[in-house]
Amino acid sequence: MPLVENGKIVEDRYVRLGADDAIPDRVPVIVPAARFLAEADALIGRDGSLGVLWPNNKRIAELKPWLGHLALIALEFPKFRDGRAYSQARLLREQYGFRGTLRATGDVLRDQFSFLVRAGFDSFDVKKPADAAAFAKSVSRYSVHYQGSADGSLPALRRRLQNAATPRTGEKTGETA
Amino acid sequence: MTSPLEQKKIKVTGPVVVTANRTGDGAVIYRHAEGWTTNLAHAAVVSDGAGAQALMAHAAADDLGAVGAYIAPVKLLPGGHVRPGNLRELIRLGGPTIRLPVAAAKVLERDPA
Amino acid sequence: MYVYDAFDRTLVNERVAEFRDQVARRLSGELSEEEFKPLRLMNGVYLQLHAYMLRTAIPYGTLSSEQMRMLAHVARKYDRGYGHFTTRQNIQYHWIKLAELPDAMADLASVGMHGMQTSGNCVRNITTDQWAGVAPDEIDDPRIFAELIRQHVTLHPEFSFMPRKFKIAVGTSAHDRAALRIHDLALQMHRNAAGELGFEVMVGGGLGRTPFLAQTIKPFLDRRDVLSYVEAVLRTYNQFGRRDNIYKARIKILVHELGAEAFAREVDAEWAAIKDGALAIDDDVVADIAGRFIYPRYEKLPDNPDAFAKARKADRAFDAWVGNSVANHKVPGYAIVTLSLKPEGETPGDATAVQMDAIADLADRYSFSEIRVGHEQNLVLPHVAQHDLPELWRALEPLGLALPNVNLVSDIISCPGLDYCSLANARSIPIAQEISRRFANLDLQRDLGRLHINISGCINACGHHHVGHIGILGVEKNGEEFYQITLGGKADEHAALGDLIGPAVPYAQVADVVEDIASAYLELRSRPDELFIDTLKRTGIEPFRERVYATR
Repeated sequence: MPLVENGKIVEDRYVRLGADDAIPDRVPVIVPAARFLAEADALIGRDGSLGVLWPNNKRIAELKPWLGHLALIALEFPKFRDGRAYSQARLLREQYGFRGTLRATGDVLRDQFSFLVRAGFDSFDVKKPADAAAFAKSVSRYSVHYQGSADGSLPALRRRLQNAATPRTGEKTGETA
Repeated sequence: MTSPLEQKKIKVTGPVVVTANRTGDGAVIYRHAEGWTTNLAHAAVVSDGAGAQALMAHAAADDLGAVGAYIAPVKLLPGGHVRPGNLRELIRLGGPTIRLPVAAAKVLERDPA
Repeated sequence: MYVYDAFDRTLVNERVAEFRDQVARRLSGELSEEEFKPLRLMNGVYLQLHAYMLRTAIPYGTLSSEQMRMLAHVARKYDRGYGHFTTRQNIQYHWIKLAELPDAMADLASVGMHGMQTSGNCVRNITTDQWAGVAPDEIDDPRIFAELIRQHVTLHPEFSFMPRKFKIAVGTSAHDRAALRIHDLALQMHRNAAGELGFEVMVGGGLGRTPFLAQTIKPFLDRRDVLSYVEAVLRTYNQFGRRDNIYKARIKILVHELGAEAFAREVDAEWAAIKDGALAIDDDVVADIAGRFIYPRYEKLPDNPDAFAKARKADRAFDAWVGNSVANHKVPGYAIVTLSLKPEGETPGDATAVQMDAIADLADRYSFSEIRVGHEQNLVLPHVAQHDLPELWRALEPLGLALPNVNLVSDIISCPGLDYCSLANARSIPIAQEISRRFANLDLQRDLGRLHINISGCINACGHHHVGHIGILGVEKNGEEFYQITLGGKADEHAALGDLIGPAVPYAQVADVVEDIASAYLELRSRPDELFIDTLKRTGIEPFRERVYATR
């Protein structure tokens, strides 16, 4: 499952731990949610980046107290049609102010990249190698969006008003019908 | 005519074929030994669970050529003619049972009231 | 009507390009059907019995004549010369080839049309009243808000993979012509005591296996807060709607299982966090959207001009049509004209390419180039000058679009049913055709008065049978087509679900049953102008049940 970050396939620095695996020192780890909650203090106090794998049927608000200690949160798409993690991602980014790495895992396919990026994900555990290779192309498929993004870009409603107020030359307006 | 999309357990109690829709244009097709045909007369007809299972396995494997394969009943008439086994399959093979609007319009054009 | 700007056009064009790529990857085998299916559904591409079906969105049922001509073109070039207008104000083509779809979509995109989100587990076409913007009893044009919401939910990154489909309707008239209460989310505009504009928010309506009427969770939502509140509802649904069972996945089940109050509390908690953010709608935003709606430059005309009044007196047929199909307009001297797509013995809601082109021409000539689609599967010319009505009628008649049966017993709402649809258990169109033949006599229809028949070919209820005065649901028993009959459903502001009158009846008897029900009504009514639905309310269902099952 190739990992894509910053538009490229990269090595995964993180080690995925199970419920009972020993925790290595000074190595970035991703720990399942139940274990994290049970061992939070020990994990936070440890030397090494900490990530948590959070299921999509558990309220993401439960992670709020620890966000400052987490370098990475991995959210799940058991099937790509199960879109609960999109809401979890937006809550993390836009309401709880999470600034660490937000990773999409599971059934992560090419045709969801644009949605995932706009929901706030910046790390993608991609199911198919061919999709991973096509990441940059897929993500730039749409040059306009009606909604604002987690990256702070404005909704089309606001951009129009901006354009109307201060006409800009060279603005990309797309093809005319 | 309960939609086959709701079939959970397939029981073969009579002659059946495997049918699907052609990927490119959605046309109704039937499975035979080498592939697919739009002609029901050339379809492979089986009457037992094992035979149906085998046909389905090959059909389902052809994800490129066919969409939504399922097992459908047929009637075997004297002389070996194969006919659809229920109203749904009759409609799939023969088209809607109603006159399409363009046909009606053509009649109006020919014989304006 | 709304005019696309560069943003809108770019989005639609990029969508076509994306879909073209997805189709290519499907046909090359790179994408499996399992992976492709949700993608094609999000463009309105279904697989039906005989072929693919394309559902093209007609946002809030408003169409320009240019767009109608393109619909005719698509029907001719890619289909079999006709299209079907649906109960959600969309159009469907039943004979589409997948390989040709990208080209068809490119043609549609050239006039700002698409199939985006007409299927799939996302927000579907946002519907309104087909008299929006011209009805005398409306507070404001609902389409402005429908367009605001439409843009917000189109290709929304968070709400494109919800538990199930999500249908929104917006109303601004006291009389509900948009069937608000059967929607997942409905917004009904009100003015509060201070005269401010806001919306009553209702959630959890929906038909199908477990029909529910929507419940009010917020009596008055300030106009400013519409988008943030809708977002909060969708976020709550996306997170907590059931995903374990496709038949329990709609928001109506979540609202029912939590209770409306608990559901409202969840929504409010989420809403509190976002209501003052980027989604707050200020007057600038509303004005911007409203500014891109083109309204006609109406002339100053008198009501009931002489030539029109004379024509009514001189021609009984014209007068009958005016009495039936022409409604008052909020601007003096104008009228709202309904074009019946329910000719005797034909498929309800279908129109040929020839008819579509002719309607486009008539819209150009008589309706400021604008056409509407109603959920009852008829079309509307919304801006006709009264003095043009005689000429318009003379043009509509030979096209088969002037049958004065609107809201009468032969103005049947019907899904395509087993003749087309892979979900169906029974046929619906031939049932509608036979009923319309039995009641062809217009005097009889006028005597019966307003009487809504809704037919669905399966429990998915696309024909809205639950809310028909007479509802007909096709089921399968031992390989035969049978039909359950319900009475007393209503789709308007007094929304109600119909009651079953008894055991299902076979295909051949359905039209007889409807005749029996009509006869019983004629005998039971207290006066000629007591409507069927009111007689039924007064007498209860028992006398009708007795009549129908006396000999069955």
